[in-house]
Amino acid sequence: MSYTIEGKTGPWELVIGLEVHAQVISRAKLFSGAATVFGAAPNHQVSFVDAAFPGMLPVINRECVAQAIRTGLGLDAEIHLESRFDRKNYFYADLPAGYQISQYQHPIVGRGVIEIEGADGTTRTIGITRLHLEQDAGKSLHDQHPAKTYIDLNRAGVALMEIVSEPDLRSPEEAGAYLRKLRTILRYLGTCDGNMDEGSMRADVNVSVRKAGEAFRTRCEVKNVNSVRFVMQAIEAEAKRQIAVWEEGGVVSQETRLFEPGRGITRSMRSKEDAHDYRYFPDPDLLPLILDPAWIETLRADLPELPDAKKRRFMAEYGLPAYDAGVLVAEQASAAYFEAVARGRDGKFAANWVIGDLFAALNRTGRSIETSPVSPADLGALLDLITDGTINGRIAKDVFEEMVASGEAPGAIVTRKNLRQVTDTGAIEQAVADVLAANPDKVAEYKAGKDKLFGFFVGQVMKAMAGKGNPALVNDVLRRHLA
Amino acid sequence: MPLDPATVRRIAHLARMHIEDDDIPRLQTELNGILGWVEQLGAVNVEGVKPLTGAADMALRMRDDAVTDGDIAEKILANAPERAGDYFVVPKVVE
Repeated sequence: MSYTIEGKTGPWELVIGLEVHAQVISRAKLFSGAATVFGAAPNHQVSFVDAAFPGMLPVINRECVAQAIRTGLGLDAEIHLESRFDRKNYFYADLPAGYQISQYQHPIVGRGVIEIEGADGTTRTIGITRLHLEQDAGKSLHDQHPAKTYIDLNRAGVALMEIVSEPDLRSPEEAGAYLRKLRTILRYLGTCDGNMDEGSMRADVNVSVRKAGEAFRTRCEVKNVNSVRFVMQAIEAEAKRQIAVWEEGGVVSQETRLFEPGRGITRSMRSKEDAHDYRYFPDPDLLPLILDPAWIETLRADLPELPDAKKRRFMAEYGLPAYDAGVLVAEQASAAYFEAVARGRDGKFAANWVIGDLFAALNRTGRSIETSPVSPADLGALLDLITDGTINGRIAKDVFEEMVASGEAPGAIVTRKNLRQVTDTGAIEQAVADVLAANPDKVAEYKAGKDKLFGFFVGQVMKAMAGKGNPALVNDVLRRHLA
Repeated sequence: MPLDPATVRRIAHLARMHIEDDDIPRLQTELNGILGWVEQLGAVNVEGVKPLTGAADMALRMRDDAVTDGDIAEKILANAPERAGDYFVVPKVVE
């Protein structure tokens, strides 16, 4: 069942395309030797090139080009052996040159694909139109003074990849899935950290609506949305606005809009009326960018295993269901942690502990997988203690909590607290006999047919044994005594 | 294609240049002169010639990804008409 929004005149389909600006991971800027590190003092990471002083010439950073190629390869896209840089002209206080160096007609990367997964587990392929390299602008601070804007050019000239999707997305959920997937791929590749809070990934959202079977209607662009949740909210708000316009007999006009998360609406950006009059022309300071195919092959050979491939491998190699594999590969560090635990052990058993107990503990303690208090080796050792019968599953949960709290190894905890599972039948027989002797009324009820009381007896025996009884043996002995 | 007064005004606006109405006929004549001169290139037969954006038949040179510049805030801000701390200050541009 495809996603639609119900209007007064019936259901409407959504057509969505995303332009994602991803900040390239590099030490220096795209065309200058100034640093890119986030959070420096204002205007301290600015060269004369970035500030557009007269006579300065841009020289391209090889690593930024490599990052764009890696990303293109990761998106299964064509890499163009020849591309060019153009000037995109617009006037703004945080753009000192009055133009942004971008790639208009000849981008470095052409068509590619991203596979997204729906909530129901079905996959869909979303087309990538292109990826091009461009400069970021500076940062304007509007909240420092009532009548003034403050400008920091530290970000000016940092390399961005603009990744443009085809209008293939059909719901806010698909747009969210696309963004999350793109972010995962970029992080795997190490080409963008995907940190939306710090602005290293931002999205422009193109939205239009239509009736089933129609061609595309006019779209609007919602600029600079900076979280997955806001992208999804902005799409819904903008689609509903357009539906209302069409249904009241109006016409949606193509324009740039801004999403206001607080009010849950989009509004027109009047200042962007000229936005599509960029007067692009080839940058005379920059020669064509020519790539050596051998270099591309070197970069291809060094690509890491990407999330889709890793997920398929986890399913095949460790027998994981698609859901578990998907959760584990979302972050490279989680996948690596899981593999370290699962190697040589039962994959599904390892996945349950990593996704269940470990992720819950990380959440609770506000830690990430990189700073996990429990190492993969220790979690693996805990699993071994369960598998070889040293401790039972119930006690294992307590040992795990102890590991989270103290970082101690599971074997040491088990020894210190004397948590070894009791498999000595004599001890179990004794505990069972004691419990039955102490509860003659319950025994009578059980024998009269109240089967549910079996659980009560198990609980009492385990309690008497401080939780350390082997559950299978306790069950056996109880059954025999109650028969 | 001669420019009309509205286009002259729009070009000035895009460049954020203030022009008086009196200036328009003169600018219109000048711009049309420039365009006309460039348009002579249209007479050249470029059938089968690859588009060229530079005179040198060379590819872009690349540099290593190393921090070699920056940390010159005083020099960067030296010509700022107005500054606050290490920020440039401009009239409010927000909507």
